[in-house]
Amino acid sequence: MEEATEPNINGNLISGQVIDEESERGLWSRIRYVGKLLGRDKAGMIGLIMFLTVVFSAVFAPWLSPHDPVKQNLRMAKKPPVWTEKGTAAHPLGTDNLGRDLLSRIIYGSRVSLTVGFFGVLIAGTFGMMIGLISGYAGGRTDAVIMGGVNMILALPYLVFVVFIAAILGKSLLNVILIFGLTDIPIFVRITRGEVLRIRESGYVEAAMSVGATRGRILFRHIMPNLIGPLITIATFEMSAMIFYEAGLGFLGLSVPPSVPSWGNMLATGRKYLTIYPWIATYPGLAIVFTGLGMNLLGDWLRDVLDPRMRRIKK
Amino acid sequence: MQRYILSRVIQSVLILIGVLFIVFFMLRITGDPVSLMVSRSASPEQIEAMREELGFNRPLPVQFLDFMTGAVIGDFGMSLRHQMPAMELILERLPATVELATTALFISLLIGIPLGLLGGSNPGSLWDTLCRGAGLIGQTIPNFWLALILIVFFAVKLGWFPSFGRDTWTFMGMTLPTRSVILPAFALGLFTMGQIVRFTRSAVLEIKNEDYVRTAYSKGLADHKIYIRHILRNASIPLISIVGVQFGYLLSGSIYIETIFSWPGLGNLLAESIGNRDFALVQAIAFFTSLVVVFLNLLTDVAYGLADPRIRYGD
Repeated sequence: MEEATEPNINGNLISGQVIDEESERGLWSRIRYVGKLLGRDKAGMIGLIMFLTVVFSAVFAPWLSPHDPVKQNLRMAKKPPVWTEKGTAAHPLGTDNLGRDLLSRIIYGSRVSLTVGFFGVLIAGTFGMMIGLISGYAGGRTDAVIMGGVNMILALPYLVFVVFIAAILGKSLLNVILIFGLTDIPIFVRITRGEVLRIRESGYVEAAMSVGATRGRILFRHIMPNLIGPLITIATFEMSAMIFYEAGLGFLGLSVPPSVPSWGNMLATGRKYLTIYPWIATYPGLAIVFTGLGMNLLGDWLRDVLDPRMRRIKK
Repeated sequence: MQRYILSRVIQSVLILIGVLFIVFFMLRITGDPVSLMVSRSASPEQIEAMREELGFNRPLPVQFLDFMTGAVIGDFGMSLRHQMPAMELILERLPATVELATTALFISLLIGIPLGLLGGSNPGSLWDTLCRGAGLIGQTIPNFWLALILIVFFAVKLGWFPSFGRDTWTFMGMTLPTRSVILPAFALGLFTMGQIVRFTRSAVLEIKNEDYVRTAYSKGLADHKIYIRHILRNASIPLISIVGVQFGYLLSGSIYIETIFSWPGLGNLLAESIGNRDFALVQAIAFFTSLVVVFLNLLTDVAYGLADPRIRYGD
């Protein structure tokens, strides 16, 4: 580590601690390096832990849930949480109108949310990156046409159209993933294109071009690796937004079929019994807030860490 | 300036043509729009009769041309359920949505700007923590869940506000809102409030270091004068753009809130018409809200250009 006060490549004077990246090669040292950066930022650490908790409960749902999430037990219906007078320890967060265990349903619900978020972002990110690369690298008329389309879609009222498409396509997990995956492409196109334009003007691309590197080499060796940081950051935020919107669709009864335990479906049930059994709607909502909070903290931290310019300025 | 406005108007018209195209083909992505509209028990003869009646048996280009010429004169066909022109239904519901969105915007500005100003002027203070917390909460709490929680507390437990419906009172010929708008407007405006807090905070942080602020300090101006005359005034220019975009979001994004509070606005009409499979009405609402949003974006850009010469003379 050293105190840098000379101008960097771009000619900007930077100051503050600079971690010598050249000396820390190899996977293990990289992980240690990221860990060190994470340790410095408590909010980022908390965000990561929150996110991993959700991933953990989705993966190990069958072992973590005390009950079968779809099993009805009308004799135990509408039980309040354990810390209230009428609660029982068998159902820590209580039961819903059909006597299904709320804790188990919330644990299983994380599977739907994460699946939609993960595959939605995967689809949007893959197509968005490809289209953005073409747009930014080709420039000219191609760029104008692509960006015209992107700006048009981004000018639409998103929620109205998502609800519209969902109503037409019908309830299934695949449809929900496709809706979010396809409608979110423009965001990734715009980010990728912006980054490509910035990178294309950089000194190292110019240097590569001047020694006669091919287009393909510049694209794959110089531009693509530098896209990963910003794309991972935006993917975190978009995934959190998709989880949010999926729950919203579920709330309107337009997401996965009502028999599948999902946070949105649980909220829809809870709404019907809101004034008499408020806990049915409360806890699935808290699960959404928990996931969203974790992913946003994680995203803020990633933005700082993956963008070296930010890291140095922030010290 | 005229050229700038003209180019933005042309852009908006192109977007709207694109929207018409999307809205028209959306109903046809599953192949047969009639099967979406009829009940599941309809006989083949009934389906065929309906196809005939609605003109879906004509060639696609003819249908599109017909749809487009209708749209230009504000005719979106009949709502099948209500047996009324779709446009009439929309205009009937519009005032309630405008009232809700305006109140939501007002609440979020009233809380957001002072909080952002306090946070940005004392970075690292308690106000600043509050500020960043508000930004994060606005992004992570789903408004449909917040609405449920607000109903449980403020309507059911405390009884301060009605839990659903819209009351108005008339004063000198004007229809004015009552306290029934407070809960839905607060739930709807939470996200916008978070955005405004974040935005004001970072604008203040940035402007504080400008030369003219330093000059103002060295002249010996009082703090409050500097904040109001120099910082807030300069922050308000970019604030125009965020307020414009957010107003569009509030007008088009109230589907959950209106459903939960039985608010008789456009969002509620959209949810209803999806439930009734009244897709002519859904189409009309989607186009109408896009029209409003695109128009608001245009207004925002023009206002922004008027306020900031760098925009209108730049590229």
